[in-house]
Amino acid sequence: MTREITLSKAVNEAIAEEMRRDETIFLIGEDVAEAGTPFKVLSGLVEEFGTDRVIDTPIAEPGFMGIAVGAAMTGSRPIVDLMFGDFIFLVMDQLCNQAAKTHYMSGGKLSVPLVLRTNLGATRRSAAQHSQSLHALVAHIPGLKVALPSSAYEAKGLMKTAIRDDNPVVIFEDKLMYNDKAPVPEEEYLIPFGEANVMRQGRDVTLIGTSSMVQVCQKAAEILEKEGISAEVIDPRTIVPLDEETILNSVRKTSRAIVVDEGHQNFGITGEIASRISEKAFYHLDAPVQRMGAMDVPVPFSPALEDITVPTPEGVADRARLICRGELVHAA
Amino acid sequence: MAPKKKTNTEDYLRMYRQMVRIRAFEDNANQLYLSAKMPGLTHMYSGQEAVAVGICEALEDSDKITSTHRGHGHCVAKGAEFKQMFCELLGKEEGYCRGKGGSMHIADQSHGNLGANAIVGGSMGIATGAALSARRLGKKDVTVCFFGDGATAQGLWYEVMNMAALWKLPVIYACENNGYSEYTKTDEIAAGSITARAEAFGIEAHMVDGQDVLAVNDLAQKLVARARKGEGPFFIELKTYRYHGHHVGDINRDYYRSKDEESEWKKVRDPIANFGKWLESEGVVTADELVAINDEIRADAEAAVQYALDAGYPPANEVDMHVFAGVDHALAYV
Ligand SMILES: Cc1ncc(C[n+]2csc(CCOP(=O)(O)OP(=O)(O)O)c2C)c(N)n1
Ligand SMILES: [Mg+2]
Repeated sequence: MTREITLSKAVNEAIAEEMRRDETIFLIGEDVAEAGTPFKVLSGLVEEFGTDRVIDTPIAEPGFMGIAVGAAMTGSRPIVDLMFGDFIFLVMDQLCNQAAKTHYMSGGKLSVPLVLRTNLGATRRSAAQHSQSLHALVAHIPGLKVALPSSAYEAKGLMKTAIRDDNPVVIFEDKLMYNDKAPVPEEEYLIPFGEANVMRQGRDVTLIGTSSMVQVCQKAAEILEKEGISAEVIDPRTIVPLDEETILNSVRKTSRAIVVDEGHQNFGITGEIASRISEKAFYHLDAPVQRMGAMDVPVPFSPALEDITVPTPEGVADRARLICRGELVHAA
Repeated sequence: MAPKKKTNTEDYLRMYRQMVRIRAFEDNANQLYLSAKMPGLTHMYSGQEAVAVGICEALEDSDKITSTHRGHGHCVAKGAEFKQMFCELLGKEEGYCRGKGGSMHIADQSHGNLGANAIVGGSMGIATGAALSARRLGKKDVTVCFFGDGATAQGLWYEVMNMAALWKLPVIYACENNGYSEYTKTDEIAAGSITARAEAFGIEAHMVDGQDVLAVNDLAQKLVARARKGEGPFFIELKTYRYHGHHVGDINRDYYRSKDEESEWKKVRDPIANFGKWLESEGVVTADELVAINDEIRADAEAAVQYALDAGYPPANEVDMHVFAGVDHALAYV
């Protein structure tokens, strides 16, 4: 049986199911208990699991992140709630110097099974410190897995896999998608890491989109279809690990690729995926692989400016047209 | 430099007016949100006016402050004008930050406001650094670091307090304890006493009724004067209350805060009403004069709102300006 639920509900269900299954799991973060987070994603969990397992903290991100790392090394499986992705800068030492490296530095003797759930995404008029998409930062650090759900279905399946993983996993949810509904099976399912989803088959160009940008690519594909350009849309679902095979197979077929991601374009996810394609499918390409990320500026507050910093379906379709018609003189 | 003395009618009235201006700004901001004319969310300062005004009235224009996500009050109190503030709130070009900051980063930099901050506790280092800089450069400026009770949980505060105390910096840490951080009571997230934490670093700590503008101003004048002489740093805990939800969208909040508690504070402890009554009883003003002040400020605020609604957005080519100092357009540079 499948029903439509919101992304928010999907995350909630995933965590509740896993907490019922495994007593070592606990949730920790700011206003996670009675308030159920500002986005209300965790509503109802404290009622079921109590304040022992749904723990409200002071506003002390490095502190509770560190506590989670220590708990994870000693038999617990914490899920850390970081209210905004932007606050990841506060927990960087505990996450990147401690959690990410402990397994390696201990020669495999210690592990850190924790999930850091947080969010990404601009256009919510929240200005430069509440709108960033910072997944590239953590993807850069060996030892961290990074999942980017693009709908309620992915959010549930990836969360369950993350919780069962014996490594630190960072999940970025798109905060604009919390109320978006998608079909989600009632039966249990998990989505394995490193398996991309081919959302739409196409012949002329491959659009690789992550998280919030999957929908943008889907809409771009619809625009292009009306003009006779057939776009394939791929959602990698996790960027660490990255399902290279699915992406490369698609590009070998279409000979063109655009990578779309909401993180800043420079030194980001789009560059990483684009260069893997260039390295491994170069002789199949008919056009330079295109990167489309968020503009390399802090996210501005003004709607008049904010909206032009994020890739749009029209923008992706424009770029696709250029490379499909061989009209691209040099990448903008 | 002798501290300004707030003992004459003019100064009292200025404090009263500044508090009313904050309330008027917030009421209009809330209306803009409710009528879907404001992009995003905002955190109302209403109820806490005596804190910002009592402290900022003890400061000179060149003194610095750092502000918070709940920063409209500090901004007004440090000398900002309605027009540029409402323009900022609506993301318009004429805003203090050219529309790039919005509510959570609003600040009139020309009056020593180093910025509102959307990271809780994020300004504690900045304020302490401003104090270090003033001392190094031989300036007499004092910096006031405003933050909430929730922010006392941030480790950064303890790092900078240690250094400020070691180096005797002219900084005053002003904790506005409004009893809540988001949807949680302060008692549930703060162990021990907050003043004792400052005292542990050898920092002189004070507690004051944040609803009493004269008490706040009196203490602030003394501490600012002493900080200027090199006797700082200081810590003040100001007991206060926010009238609205954590942000304008936090409407159904009975689950963490009772309506009775809210109406009690508003009825009995309103900083503006109480100060107004005191001014009347002291014969400083008549009731009619207070009404006239209120009306004038309300009209001012409404005119500024209209101005901001009609004002233009920044042109698209501003999007990559101001990323780097000395670089016109970042995209052509990086
Ligand atoms: C580092 C960081 N963590 C969490 C938040 C989310 N947040 C915004 S305001 C707030 C509560 C702050 O409480 P307090 O310091 O008491 O200030 P108040 O809102 O009461 O004025 C929280 C948790 C944030 N903005 N920054
Ligand atoms: Mg507070």
